Amino acid sequence: MKAAVITFPGSNCDRDMAVAIELVSGKAPLRVWHGDASLPDGLDFIALPGGFSYGDYLRCGSMAANSPIMRAIKDAAERGVPVLGVCNGFQVLAESGLLPGALMRNAQLTFVCRTVPLTVENSQSLFTSRYDAGQTIAIPVAHHDGNYFADEETLDRLEGEGRVAFRYAESVNGSQRDIAGVLNESGNVLGMMPHPERAVEDETGGSDGRALFESVFESLAVA
Amino acid sequence: MKVRIHVNLKPGVLDPQGRAVHHALEGLGFDGVKDVRVGRLIEMDVADNTSDEALDEMCRKLLANMVIENYRIEKLETA
Repeated sequence: MKAAVITFPGSNCDRDMAVAIELVSGKAPLRVWHGDASLPDGLDFIALPGGFSYGDYLRCGSMAANSPIMRAIKDAAERGVPVLGVCNGFQVLAESGLLPGALMRNAQLTFVCRTVPLTVENSQSLFTSRYDAGQTIAIPVAHHDGNYFADEETLDRLEGEGRVAFRYAESVNGSQRDIAGVLNESGNVLGMMPHPERAVEDETGGSDGRALFESVFESLAVA
Repeated sequence: MKVRIHVNLKPGVLDPQGRAVHHALEGLGFDGVKDVRVGRLIEMDVADNTSDEALDEMCRKLLANMVIENYRIEKLETA
């Protein structure tokens, strides 16, 4: 299993992501800098971490979405390589057009930083197969701009195609239909505001995020 | 050529910032403010032969997020 964590200037959850991947898979991921024009060969999994890439200039994730490495990530995503974007990583994926919708300022305008309950809406995806549909899990959030917006038609389509992976089980940021995580059409790209990489060990506040990484690595082992 | 790009949230997209500013104006005693929407103004100095198509593309690809925002291009008279 060959994984990579992408670091943009201003990423601050890249190390947490790398630690979580190593903890669950047993193998340290490669670290890739945003300015690289190409990805290492033969990647099985790509993670875009949280943080404040480019200081959130213009719009969160908009600058990173146009950085050199994103072209290579788009190509990899089109080839079916699993891509996970967490928090700022989700914003980058939405800005790059790999995922539908946009992440706006939280409806209550305040930064939200706490562990929230999520409902697993789709347990069939390669990111969620180790969860049960309808299961409630506890995952931390820490963001100012996690208010998911898409037009009604897009939202209906996402719901109809099972592309809402996670939903907040309580009010968190004003997201349309409480959407916390969405999948792309082919199901190999997941963006989510909550941080599964911060929930992989009981000693540090819970391990409900572990199954997400286990799901990905299990799907890779089968493939 | 000086160009101003006005970026605003689409009608119907909730603007919590605008709502908070509205609230603050009322708190300062300004009555009669019916609605506030907060947008963004981008000023650019571009080559005189920059085409309208190129300006449009800049807006669609980067300056505005077409999922939630509209943009308006204003060309200023050159001195």
